[in-house]
Amino acid sequence: MFGLNQKDTRLFLIVAAMTLLAPFILNPFPEGTAMAQMFNAGYPDLMQRFVIFGILVIGFNILFGLTGYLSFGHAAFLGVGSYAAVWMFKLVGMNVVPAILLSMVVAGLFALLIGYVSLRRSGIYFSILTLAFAQMSYNLAYSVLGNPASNFNLTNGETGLQLLLDDPRVLGESVTADGSIPVTNFFGIAMRDSFNLEIGGWLFTFNAGYYLAGIIMLISFYISIRIFRSPFGMMLRAVKSNQQRMNYTGLSSRPYTLAAFVISGIYAGLAGGLLSSMDPLAGAERMHWTASGEIVIMAILGGVGTLIGPILGAGFNEYFKNILSKINDEVLHQWLSFMPDGLENAFVGVLHFFVGKGWHLSLGLLFMMVIIFLPGGLVEGGQRLARLFRRRRPSDDDSQKSAQSTPAE
Amino acid sequence: MGILEVKNVNKRFGGLQALGDVNLSVAENTVHAIIGPNGAGKSTLLNCLIGKLIPDTGSVLFDGESVLGRKPFEICQMGISRVFQTPEIFGELSVLENMMIPIFAKRDGAFRMQALSSTAGERDVLEQAEHMLESLNMADKRHMHSAAMSRGDKRRLEIGMCLSQNPRLLLLDEPTAGMARADTNNTIDLLKQIKDERDITIAIIEHDMHVVFSLAERITVLAQGSPLVEDTPEKIKGHPKVREAYLGETA
Repeated sequence: MFGLNQKDTRLFLIVAAMTLLAPFILNPFPEGTAMAQMFNAGYPDLMQRFVIFGILVIGFNILFGLTGYLSFGHAAFLGVGSYAAVWMFKLVGMNVVPAILLSMVVAGLFALLIGYVSLRRSGIYFSILTLAFAQMSYNLAYSVLGNPASNFNLTNGETGLQLLLDDPRVLGESVTADGSIPVTNFFGIAMRDSFNLEIGGWLFTFNAGYYLAGIIMLISFYISIRIFRSPFGMMLRAVKSNQQRMNYTGLSSRPYTLAAFVISGIYAGLAGGLLSSMDPLAGAERMHWTASGEIVIMAILGGVGTLIGPILGAGFNEYFKNILSKINDEVLHQWLSFMPDGLENAFVGVLHFFVGKGWHLSLGLLFMMVIIFLPGGLVEGGQRLARLFRRRRPSDDDSQKSAQSTPAE
Repeated sequence: MGILEVKNVNKRFGGLQALGDVNLSVAENTVHAIIGPNGAGKSTLLNCLIGKLIPDTGSVLFDGESVLGRKPFEICQMGISRVFQTPEIFGELSVLENMMIPIFAKRDGAFRMQALSSTAGERDVLEQAEHMLESLNMADKRHMHSAAMSRGDKRRLEIGMCLSQNPRLLLLDEPTAGMARADTNNTIDLLKQIKDERDITIAIIEHDMHVVFSLAERITVLAQGSPLVEDTPEKIKGHPKVREAYLGETA
């Protein structure tokens, strides 16, 4: 179906179903309960982040997963895309389509420039070059190009680029009838419009912005599958495997790597444009090197070079970041109230460092555990689980194999 | 005039004269071996032929065209294929994919963006690759991870990848180095078969005299960066100068 083989079609349909049904899947607990407060993730903001970062990491994986070139400056493209989109909202109008298109074009051109220079080197030197470019971009956005007092204020410095009442918006209106800034929309459908469905105690939110981003993510995912299965994708894997053989086979590896770099830059620009479409505010911190590092972490968490890995990695990272930062000492006391007071306080004292503002610590430990026990990322975890279940089935051939590999069971 | 003409090539590394006035002519459709003791300049010469090094003076002509200053992929597209000392294949790819890549390169040139077409839909390339694997007796290994194969099989695959592009000149750099005797003999048989079946020129750099004398039609002996003699294998075997410089201890 759609030019994909059976296995890929199944994968795509699973991802499509999960994306479209996410408001149900992510809200398993009835509204108002303690569990819902803690573990439900089905609200628009977070769901949008799931799919937008999914797009970002899918694109990153086309570069890193296929060619093995580790870009440590991908957040620069995310940031450039964000700024481009906000400028579109300021100058042209509040429709997200032109904004997203401009984000992709600008990020693509920026990637062409950075890639052209950085791809002269490979390995660690390439990573350092991309990191240097990204930090340069960050500093330019933070100070040089963002001085509110100058005539050329492209990024508005540390405040971040935001919409104002006196922006021109030539194809729309500067100010709405009630005197406020108009909202971002997709041909009239406001991105923040939501439809709430109440079933029993449960509340499910269907947000227009989420569905737009979700459908764009599905398209991005589909294109990434096609690239993985194409001759171009095979050449990219050849780059990773043996560049010397590639060059002596009559293939020029540079344009292949550059094309992959630009494609992944466009994906990142698209993600940046979508972030701005959901919340029209772009700040320099989106380009900071820690943001680039997070992209790498998400890719590795999910499983580098796999199709579904990027989506899993992005989802895992955002979900746990969200939950862990919501837990505070009060919640901990509630959870541990069954313990004697002294013990409870001791436990809360220790756990305090891992939750709330200390969420980095827990996420770091989770990341370490994945790297050590599942070097192939969450995808490898999934494969191991699947194998485990297959083994349980009473098939004589399989049971023999399992007896050999895991005698302890 | 030969298909490959090396004229007055000099190459110096600091104080070391690696190649001094090398003149060499490889005739079309022959197997030409270049031998010589360690440090004779064999590898330097080879690197000058495939664009890895540029000689200080002199010229290297392939079919009348200079190869100097060209990039490796351009030289390959001219019709020169190279087999490396340690087999260079795409280890992370399957055997079949390994075979498809050079066929794509031959068909589409150094770069072509086919990002949305399906590899599985490239029937003609697939067919050619399958055919090539069959002629190498490797069809049963097509879905194997190529890094997992034996060294002899890797060498076989590498030679097959080169041949799939129908090169006019095949350069082999010690193709049997570090191989078990059986693998060495298999490689010799494969090269003999190639020579019989195709119009192809083979230039081979080799240490193993067994390999050299079973394949070569012409032999050039390099010593200290310069060609000592060039002749047929029979004449080389008995040549006093060669005995003195090289074969003296071993033959």
